[in-house]
Amino acid sequence: MKTLKIEELSKNFGSTEVLKKINLEIDEGNFLVLLGPSGCGKSTLLNIIAGLETINEGNVYIDDYNVSKVEPKDRNIAMVFQSYALYPSMNVKENMIFGLKQAKTSKEKIEEQLKKVSSFLQVDSLLERKPSQLSGGQRQRVAIGRALVREPRIFLFDEPLSNLDAKLRVEMRREIKKLHQQLKTTVVYVTHDQTEAMSLGTKIAIMNHGVIQQNDTPEIIYNKPSNTFVADFIGSPSMNLIKGNLKQSADNISFIAEGSNLEIPIKHYDFKNKSELSNNEVYFGIRPEHIYFKKLNEDDLEINLRADLSEYIGHEQIVTFNFSNQEILAKFPSTINVELNKETKLYIDLTQVSLFDSKSEERI
Amino acid sequence: MQGSLQSSSYKQLEQKSKYTNIFLRWFLYFVLILFASYFIFPLYVMIVTSLKTMEEIRQGTLLTWPSALNFESWGVAWGGRGYGAGDTYLKPYFWNSIKMVVPAVFFSTFIGAMAGYVLTKWRFKGDKWVFLFLLFGCFIPYQAILLPMARTLGVLGISNSIIGLVLVHTVYGIPFTTLFFRNFYISIPSELVKAARIDGAGFFKIFFKILLPISTPIIVVTVIWQFTQIWNDFLFGSTFSFGEAAPIQVALNNMVLSSTSVKEYNVDMASAIIAGIPTLIVYVLAGKYFIRGLTSGAVKG
Amino acid sequence: MFRWLEKNLPKIVMAPAVGLIGWFVYGFVLWTLYISFTNSKILPKYELWGVGEYTKLWASRKWLIAVDNLLIFTALFLIFCVVIGIILAIFLDQKIRAEGLLRTIYLYTMALSFIVTGTAWKWILNPTLGIQKLFIDWGFENFTFDWLVNREMAIYTIVIAGVWQSAGFVMALFLAGLRSVEDEIVKAAKIDGASLFTVYWKILLPMMRPVFFTSFVILVHISIKSYDLIVALTQGGPGISTTMPALYMTQTAFHKSQVGLSAASAMMMFMAVAAVIIPYLYSELRRENAR
Repeated sequence: MKTLKIEELSKNFGSTEVLKKINLEIDEGNFLVLLGPSGCGKSTLLNIIAGLETINEGNVYIDDYNVSKVEPKDRNIAMVFQSYALYPSMNVKENMIFGLKQAKTSKEKIEEQLKKVSSFLQVDSLLERKPSQLSGGQRQRVAIGRALVREPRIFLFDEPLSNLDAKLRVEMRREIKKLHQQLKTTVVYVTHDQTEAMSLGTKIAIMNHGVIQQNDTPEIIYNKPSNTFVADFIGSPSMNLIKGNLKQSADNISFIAEGSNLEIPIKHYDFKNKSELSNNEVYFGIRPEHIYFKKLNEDDLEINLRADLSEYIGHEQIVTFNFSNQEILAKFPSTINVELNKETKLYIDLTQVSLFDSKSEERI
Repeated sequence: MQGSLQSSSYKQLEQKSKYTNIFLRWFLYFVLILFASYFIFPLYVMIVTSLKTMEEIRQGTLLTWPSALNFESWGVAWGGRGYGAGDTYLKPYFWNSIKMVVPAVFFSTFIGAMAGYVLTKWRFKGDKWVFLFLLFGCFIPYQAILLPMARTLGVLGISNSIIGLVLVHTVYGIPFTTLFFRNFYISIPSELVKAARIDGAGFFKIFFKILLPISTPIIVVTVIWQFTQIWNDFLFGSTFSFGEAAPIQVALNNMVLSSTSVKEYNVDMASAIIAGIPTLIVYVLAGKYFIRGLTSGAVKG
Repeated sequence: MFRWLEKNLPKIVMAPAVGLIGWFVYGFVLWTLYISFTNSKILPKYELWGVGEYTKLWASRKWLIAVDNLLIFTALFLIFCVVIGIILAIFLDQKIRAEGLLRTIYLYTMALSFIVTGTAWKWILNPTLGIQKLFIDWGFENFTFDWLVNREMAIYTIVIAGVWQSAGFVMALFLAGLRSVEDEIVKAAKIDGASLFTVYWKILLPMMRPVFFTSFVILVHISIKSYDLIVALTQGGPGISTTMPALYMTQTAFHKSQVGLSAASAMMMFMAVAAVIIPYLYSELRRENAR
């Protein structure tokens, strides 16, 4: 039994198709992140799971029950909002037990839940305060507490960290991760921040234009992105995509970049369907962190490129190289001295290569 | 909370909410339309009554539709019957109001704009107090200034004149216009002014070339507000003028109150409509600015 | 010289506004205050007389009736305007078709002058040909509605007309207030299982405290200043049963030639307004400074 199942879900706002035949499944205890740029439909999908938006086509199942037409309060879900949406005229205690009161829970049960959750989240000293008297981090904990207290089947988070400053964001991210480890709740979490997604999620569903681009574990998404969108979206800086052609001879396949003569051998690459390599034009994908300044592996390809620009980030530097008039970025430790406008020896880790069809932009 | 609801009770939940929703919807519209009738009713009565003859009025009720659209009472309300002395009609007083409103709106708006400009873009020590000082003028009951104003107008030789009313309305409009412009300009980033100063523009140039062109929304709100306030005024009009220099609301009241032999309710209604048309037209055409003026004037800061 | 001019230009430009308000508002109010302590009759006298006029004022039956009427009117005016305003605002907030049209209907009354309003309602409440006749012709033979000429009930006609004029304004304030609430709060409440009624009663309306405050202040202010409406609707009558402070002030000054007494009544009105406005401005300023 899947805790959450989305089946052929479509949603339009007027004539705009916001979600196109979405299919998704989550097991209990999973932390699914819906990741994507603004407008991709992730928040809409979350609202639909919550029951705050209507569906045009398709179904939503929670624990195998079709909840597509059921009110939010009967779906056994709880939600944490970007602005926390704490009720301003109520104090923390009233905020947290509001849902339980609406469900006509017994007084004893309410007290019990409140005590449990408020001490767990360490907000028990704040119970009499009003939201306006709380700091950002405290408000978030109260918002989480409000959700926890109802013991829902699924927790929904709508970009809860976006309103925090950078430092607090990192702190709260860890708190959320710890919470999930301790409670093993099922979570659906929306964000546009890929670092957040990668660190929090057990599964990530990347969305763009209303379609799920890839739904996998963070490792697979990072190492084997299924199309150029995912390759570009994940990673900072994003994966280098070099245009060129595949050359096939008897047993060997190699990549030749546009405007270059260099043949880069493609060995041990897990092709989807080796025999169906119709279009020879491809994108050769390699992440900046997989370009080294000294040889780390046997199969690393040595190559000489001219360095054009170097950006110092503190713990590392990002160097822009010119590869046949295409820019590629590499990440080096900041202790390495790179001379600009000179050719530098680089080593490309060929085990970390991704290839994409230049027309369909899909991984091949 | 358990998650063990049977699928049949989910169905029941679905249906129940559907029926309550439909009922609530109908109730909603019913109440809204009920109140709408309360608001529309007097307007309807005014129009309908003005189009009837006195016979019809005596025989029918408030709601009865006129047998024919008789505009005679409108003509009487506007231009009178041509009797001579004792025949009051609205036309001259309508124009009095126009002559009074236009300058008063212009001056009060202009002064308020400049004041709002200074108070937000050329801060000086104590400017918050100056604003408060001016703001207070919005709230005073005018009864507290009627007596000295009457004397002052007399001393200046402009009592019972349109010019006198222009002065009064301009002065007492300043607190409101300043409030509107100050609140508007405060939300305009001061970087705009700073950039202009770096470019070498002076005080007046910045105002006329930079702020004024983007002030259209607030100018519209202010002009509509002032126009409505001044056109609808009765207190100042009746206290500081009488007879020929009176503005339209005073004239309307006089016409309605004059108890010459027979009460002509249709003429009364026609007069009321004529007196109310200018502001009504403004409201219909620029309604949302009107409302913006009302709600923003009430919310300070 | 020019530099001095330039440096002080802002202050120079402010000077006319400040000067005019200083003279015509503060100066005049002080003048009226001064006169209220003299026993001026037709013309102002400048010898201080003491609080004689105030004693006379509060001993005057007409003034006491005026104050009594003001209290009754203000209470009813406030209650009805706010209740109707809130109901209309909440109902209109429900994604109604023709919301724009309805809003226009509820608000157009604010565009009319009190004289026009008074004239219209005077006709509607006409004891023989108005509402009374309407109901009689509909079959309610013994229906009477002569409130307008009834000493006891006339004050309530002013409430009816006044609420008709101003309730829309309160609605606009509350509607703006309700709409300024971020919808995540309503979403959270829905997930928490709150019914629509609970959402408004327990969550949204409590958040409207500043709007309540603002509405009260403005309505009380309108009420204290009531003059035009009363002149047009009842002229303070029948007799003096609907007289109000503003009417009293004008009549004693210009018809009864008792300037000192009139000044005293004006100052009473001034103090009543100050008592409401000053705390309001104070708390608004504190809120603005806290931001």
